[in-house]
Amino acid sequence: MEILVCVKRVPDTAENEIEVAADGSDIERDDLVYSVNEWDNYAVEEAIQLVDKAGGSVTVVSVGDEEAEEVVRREMAMGANNGLLLSDDAFEGSDGKGTATILKAAVEKGNYDLILTGALADDGAGQVGGMLAAMLDLPFASVVNRIEVMDDKKLKIGREIEGGNQEMHEIDLPCVLSIQTGINEPRYVGIRGIRKVASVEIPVWGTSELGVAADSVGAAAARVKRLDYFVPDLGEGAEILEGSLEEVADKLIEMLKAKGGIK
Amino acid sequence: MAGQVFAYIVYKEGKADDTALELVKAAGKINPDASPTAIVTGSGSDLDAVCNEVTASYKEVWKFDNEALAYPNAEIIRQLLVKVLPADAVVLVAHDTFGMDLSPGLAIMLDSTFVPDVVDFEGLEGDTLKAVRQEFSGQVSTHVNCDLSNGAVINVRPGVFQADGAAGVGGQVIDKSSEIGELVLRRRYLETVEAEVGDVDITKEDVLVSVGRGIEDQDNIEIAEELAEAMGAVVSCSRPIVDAKWLEKSRQVGTSGQTVKPKVYMALGISGSFQHLGGLKGNPFIVAVNKNPKAPIFQVADVGIVEDLLEFAPVLTEKIAEGK
Ligand SMILES: Cc1cc2nc3c(=O)[nH]c(=O)nc-3n(C[C@H](O)[C@H](O)[C@H](O)COP(=O)(O)OP(=O)(O)OC[C@H]3O[C@@H](n4cnc5c(N)ncnc54)[C@H](O)[C@@H]3O)c2cc1C
Ligand SMILES: Nc1ncnc2c1ncn2[C@@H]1O[C@H](COP(=O)(O)O)[C@@H](O)[C@H]1O
Repeated sequence: MEILVCVKRVPDTAENEIEVAADGSDIERDDLVYSVNEWDNYAVEEAIQLVDKAGGSVTVVSVGDEEAEEVVRREMAMGANNGLLLSDDAFEGSDGKGTATILKAAVEKGNYDLILTGALADDGAGQVGGMLAAMLDLPFASVVNRIEVMDDKKLKIGREIEGGNQEMHEIDLPCVLSIQTGINEPRYVGIRGIRKVASVEIPVWGTSELGVAADSVGAAAARVKRLDYFVPDLGEGAEILEGSLEEVADKLIEMLKAKGGIK
Repeated sequence: MAGQVFAYIVYKEGKADDTALELVKAAGKINPDASPTAIVTGSGSDLDAVCNEVTASYKEVWKFDNEALAYPNAEIIRQLLVKVLPADAVVLVAHDTFGMDLSPGLAIMLDSTFVPDVVDFEGLEGDTLKAVRQEFSGQVSTHVNCDLSNGAVINVRPGVFQADGAAGVGGQVIDKSSEIGELVLRRRYLETVEAEVGDVDITKEDVLVSVGRGIEDQDNIEIAEELAEAMGAVVSCSRPIVDAKWLEKSRQVGTSGQTVKPKVYMALGISGSFQHLGGLKGNPFIVAVNKNPKAPIFQVADVGIVEDLLEFAPVLTEKIAEGK
């Protein structure tokens, strides 16, 4: 099975506090630690496990600037066979549809049976997978937390819906699936793995290699445009307890007792 | 001016979801003059019951009755909507796992604009709708301008547009089933497997000590367990803790976990994403311990403690034990 996994380089929220820049035009990017989007890591692990069982190869692809190469390389260290970076000044400022348009062009240059994305990325949209499927006229399923290969024409998949219930479907190949966290346990990538792929060439494709019209992507084509970043003022918020750890604990215990929080 | 506004109605066992009313409210916030049309798909008596129910809040209800629609499979419903919606339709859908499945592809097929997970609207000028979204699990918000000139599919976050109850508009049901035509089944629904029941039922507990990614390591779960024991509480958690297999799925609070209604909820190292808070009902007294003073959880908590939970929780445990 030939599998393409779409991965995005995002600020790691476990490592950073995300703050709005003074003029509101962006977040503070200076000291951010970036990593591969959490959901995409599960998608790559799933692809590797599927190929381990059914044969074939895993290709990871990212749309981004040259620094996005590092996440492609990281996922190759995990065990993906090929990497691709889609990068061009014309791609900058793309909305979800723009990103899907770029990815679609890359998909059409290959011959994939299965395309995986993460269910969600840093922008909280959860849109690229579903858009890509519609552009390619392929069946789609979101928030997938189980994949079983039935034969070379179809998969049995589970979607994790509300309440943690699992909706089972049979889906025709080729198809696009967006992967939910928890579907597997992504393997650890050590220094050894990183070193092994350190010098692998990762092809970089832009508008001309992909045959994408520059005006169909990027900021100019975007129908959803971000105006600013801000932190909303949501009323009073929490009463913050101040003092030493012991003082805070004493204050909190009084409050908890009053609310029935200590039995 | 933007086109006709529609709302896709989600329902279960013949009863419309809360979002059916919330979408009316959302439509009003986009355009006070809009009279949204409800779209209800399904089959049989449940469908009829829901159509009748929503006539209380929608003037026009489009009903699509077909065996193939008996289970809400977004892959099929998308094909149907592409056939029956006008080109410049503005379609509102709740941003739940069904909306995530349906909407991005629907917008592509209608060649309209997709706006994901909207939490507020700030006015329509000509064809430009200004909306509010969140990024980084709610750590920052953004204003976005959305071009509605070709129509749009807009996913609205459940729970943010609080409805005042059905308005008694006395709408009418229009049976559009004859327009359904042929539907291609490339993804076939098989069954729904219910989530596993665990050793404790967190939905019945009054006091929960809930841990998130801020607990940092599996070995530290003990710190929460000791605190819970001192308080006479039970340990629950956010999703990453279950993904890491540190606690059982049945302990997960949130939209894809359990819906809990405790009196006191102690959130340790939980950022406060809407999917997590979506599982917290009944207006509990919320205590948040988080080392990031800007964590969104502090906006919904009653009391906040800006500390490293690994340092604070043991002190609290000890002090409670001393007082007993
Ligand atoms: C379809 C879907 C369904 C989902 N369903 C759920 C669900 O049911 N439940 C759920 O919880 N999530 C759910 N999620 C995931 C959700 O979007 C968030 O990713 C998740 O809630 C984040 O969990 P968290 O707050 O523990 O982690 P994070 O967002 O990483 O937050 C960790 C917090 O801990 C703080 N911290 C770190 N170290 C310390 C320390 N030593 N002391 C104190 N504080 C510290 C950090 O400042 C941060 O605020 C769902 C997502 C999707 C897409
Ligand atoms: N720039 C990108 N490059 C590659 N894949 C992406 C990119 N942006 C989004 N994706 C994919 O789409 C998924 C959902 O992202 P989003 O729609 O932005 O929430 C991610 O998990 C990725 O798999």
